[in-house]
Amino acid sequence: MSSSPHTLTPGSSVGSIMLLVLAALLPAIAAYYFFFGPAILISLALASATALAAEALMLKLRQYPVKFFLSDGSAILTGWLLALSIPPLAPWWLVVVGTGFAIIVAKHLYGGLGNNLFNPAMVGFAVLMISFPATMTHWPTPLMLAQHPISIGEVLQYYFSGALQGVNLDAVTMATPLDTLKTQLSLQHTVSEVKNMPIFGSFGGKGTEAIAAMYLLGGLFLLQRRIITWHTPVSFLLALTLVAALFNGIDSSRYASPLFHLFTGGAMLGAFFIATDYVTAPTTPLGKLIFGTGVGLLEYVIRVFGGYPDGIAFSILIMNAAVPLIDAYTQPRVFGHDSGVKS
Amino acid sequence: MRTLHKFHGGVHPPQHKAESNGLPIAPAPLPKRVIVPLRQHIGAPAKAQVKVGDHVLKGQMIGAADGYISAAVHAPTSGTVSAIDLHAVPHPSGLPDLCITIEADGEDRWIERQRIDYKTAVPDAVRHALRDAGIVGLGGAVFPSYVKLNPGQQAKIKTLVLNGAECEPWITSDDMLMRERAAEIVEGIRIMAHLMQPDEVLIGIEDNKPEAITAMQSACQGTSFEVVAVPTLYPGGGEKQLIQVLTGKEVPSGQRPINIGVICSNTATAYTVHRAINHGEPVISRVVTVTGNVQKPQNFEALIGTPISEIVRQAGDTSHYIMGGPMMGFDLTNLNVPLTKAINCVIAASPALFPPKPAAMPCIRCGQCAQVCPCNLQPQELYWFSQSRNFDKARAYNLFDCIECGCCSYVCPSHIPLVSFYRFAKSEIVMQDREKIAADQAKERFEFKKQREEREKQEKAARMAEKAAAATAAKAAAAASGEMEDPEAAAKKAAIQAAVERAKAKKAEAAALSPSPHPSPVEGEGAKNTEPT
Amino acid sequence: MLTAILVMVLLAVVLGAVLGFASIKFKIEGNPMVEKIEATLPQTQCGQCGFAGCKPYAEAVASGQAAPNLCVPGGDNVAKSLAELLGVEFQPVGGAEGAGPKPKMVAFIDENTCIGCTACIKVCPVDAIVGSSKLMHTILINQCTGCELCVPACPVDCITMEPVKTDLAAWKWRYPVFELKKAA
Repeated sequence: MSSSPHTLTPGSSVGSIMLLVLAALLPAIAAYYFFFGPAILISLALASATALAAEALMLKLRQYPVKFFLSDGSAILTGWLLALSIPPLAPWWLVVVGTGFAIIVAKHLYGGLGNNLFNPAMVGFAVLMISFPATMTHWPTPLMLAQHPISIGEVLQYYFSGALQGVNLDAVTMATPLDTLKTQLSLQHTVSEVKNMPIFGSFGGKGTEAIAAMYLLGGLFLLQRRIITWHTPVSFLLALTLVAALFNGIDSSRYASPLFHLFTGGAMLGAFFIATDYVTAPTTPLGKLIFGTGVGLLEYVIRVFGGYPDGIAFSILIMNAAVPLIDAYTQPRVFGHDSGVKS
Repeated sequence: MRTLHKFHGGVHPPQHKAESNGLPIAPAPLPKRVIVPLRQHIGAPAKAQVKVGDHVLKGQMIGAADGYISAAVHAPTSGTVSAIDLHAVPHPSGLPDLCITIEADGEDRWIERQRIDYKTAVPDAVRHALRDAGIVGLGGAVFPSYVKLNPGQQAKIKTLVLNGAECEPWITSDDMLMRERAAEIVEGIRIMAHLMQPDEVLIGIEDNKPEAITAMQSACQGTSFEVVAVPTLYPGGGEKQLIQVLTGKEVPSGQRPINIGVICSNTATAYTVHRAINHGEPVISRVVTVTGNVQKPQNFEALIGTPISEIVRQAGDTSHYIMGGPMMGFDLTNLNVPLTKAINCVIAASPALFPPKPAAMPCIRCGQCAQVCPCNLQPQELYWFSQSRNFDKARAYNLFDCIECGCCSYVCPSHIPLVSFYRFAKSEIVMQDREKIAADQAKERFEFKKQREEREKQEKAARMAEKAAAATAAKAAAAASGEMEDPEAAAKKAAIQAAVERAKAKKAEAAALSPSPHPSPVEGEGAKNTEPT
Repeated sequence: MLTAILVMVLLAVVLGAVLGFASIKFKIEGNPMVEKIEATLPQTQCGQCGFAGCKPYAEAVASGQAAPNLCVPGGDNVAKSLAELLGVEFQPVGGAEGAGPKPKMVAFIDENTCIGCTACIKVCPVDAIVGSSKLMHTILINQCTGCELCVPACPVDCITMEPVKTDLAAWKWRYPVFELKKAA
């Protein structure tokens, strides 16, 4: 005997939500391909395969119906988000270790879909960042790739042999714009001097600023489809902008502009695709605002004052830990009540 | 133009109204046998007023209101009472309940009908007439109307809201009644307004029913009643939601609309009020939508007690039947159940119309349920606490403010039967509370008994001492006078004294143990055991 | 050296005063554990635990003189919550196999057999039996706790325990069937 309601929203399922989020990532992936070559496609494919394999293994071990859960798309999304956060041109084991850790430890050992406290992709990223810091900071740059175009074959060759014939890898990869800025600032250069370097574009990093703009586009699509609410991205980006504007206003030679911070690193990806992850973010509107603000502020603090070039993973993980508390204290007022939760 | 307000959330499920509102209300054929449940309203079941074998007339009261929150039930047609026993009733449990079965004699002969001039009668007389006519809220909650229409000690009633929103998909019974019998509904509203003397009367109708709005507007010409078209948004016909939309006021948690000076009643109820007061006809029939996978979806005016199987002519491929709407209705376990006052719709469901629900997945905390909850609850939290049986937390997160409208389940991408979890948790909590009250009562009674035994022991000791003293005295007296009758008389006197003492103690005890106002879970059972059968 | 000693002494005096104040200000009257335990017990007053009622049993459990798994009517549910309350390991009621919560029962007097001896009235701990000498007795169903004390007291064996039937007023929604895990 089934109970009311007897009808459900047609076509709504966990799988369809995940599919929409994956679709929203496509413009950014296209831009990625355009500026950085085919390596990202291999990276995404490897991440997807690893994610599905790890998910299937864990479901089997935990005695859950494998096919039913595998088709929800959540594992692939984790894999994609991780692949988009790490250097695309890297040895194969980098993405495999990261994705495997994300799915096996961060997702399934915490109880699987819906129960994990920390964002699996960001846990995977943090593990890689701590374990392989050198590999994690070598990014291909669009300028050098233009001089040495790398084909899919060469990417595969690099993936599995760790070297590339005829190409000096140090010539095509280098640190990210954020990393470069940080290093150069510590060498007593000013922001404007640093930004004249060729890897910087009009307001972010060359190429990366376009990808960031595509993340923004995908995010707006998710907002329009009501997959995410405005609270998290707006509070995240607003907090980042305000704090960047504050420091930029104090000393513009030492602190980059807000626009630079918005369009470099993982800010846009984080604001629309990672901080909005349902499972690890607060569910109340006020909670989302607090969460987004916290991530935005921490992101800036870690970027500018911390030891890592970008802080998106750590700021989100730190705020993840605070989610149960945020939810408990931000319960909205219930109809006919003066306050949210009775003591 | 009136400024309308908004309630939080809401959903737009497919309407499916056009199927059944194309044809006029048709009278259902007279059934051979009617089964009238004594519990057709919130509150105490009605008390049977007839015996097996009695001949009853159409409209004769066969069950009287029992207590304050109760309502009468009536014979829907003339005939002979053939049974007063447990019979299957439309209830999600599928459990039987006490019903009066009447074999119709086919004459359909009315009892003498007495109309009341409500303008000259005292309000209490009108209210009593409503109670004895079995008028209850026909929107689904079946709350006795005479209780609702009693302002009591309340301050002035500001607004009388007539609920013609009918927000549930598929159902068109109120829609058709408003289209066809608007004038009679307005007569009923006049009676209600006369009883309550509100400042304003608002008739809320969702804007997907333009014909009903037009009909009601023309019937309201020359009155101060205002027909308000409200936006179509489920559950806009929920009492609290409609009041919020029309007045902007929120009914405080755990209170009734009257606490904020508002009374809300269904338009179909207004119609029955008119029939009862102006024509002396109790509630013995109602309009019910028969739709879904049936040969001819339509509204029928059917007698209360008509077996559902006689109203529904299903088309092939019907998998089950839904009582009420698709958002809040329940599956019918048995088609032999009678039509009751609460039933506004029967939907024959087929796999094509109501596809089986996909398997549920874990909650991913997407929060879509919280976005559509009309009470601004956090359904994902309530689900978490309910499924883990953490009832204290569920209560603290205001589980009891949930109106079970089903919006959360409707949007849940994980297809979790959220409302079922809330119903489970609610009934567990209610039972726990009842058990707690019973345990407290038992403890009190136990302690009282111990105290009494202690006192009796002391009294007995005192009596013994007295008796011994009296015996010695008597002996002494006997020794002195030589008479033999005296000690016997003294003992008798003492015994009488003791009996009086005991009676006094019993009386005091009875006063202390007068029945508690809280019904215990077995009350219904107890009532049945003592019923002469 | 002297300053250090002075500081330590001062600190000791201040903290001692705070502790002393707290012990007076936040003094808890009576043993709160007894009340908590008693609130958990079903209050059938049946004495099956070996104590004369629920309160004496609660006192015994609180002082550690009785095990928390002696309450037969409460079954394993009560034993579990008591074990949790006391912070001891849960032991099922009545040995290893355990006893689930029994269906709620009430006493029923066969009124044709009853001789009106009042023996049951005397043993009923909650005065749930009414009747008088040489007159038929009956049970107040709403007050009966199902303790079964009246059953052995009846000299003509006219009292039986009947399960409380579920009717509409006492019906509960069941836990929704929600199987994620299939037995693989």
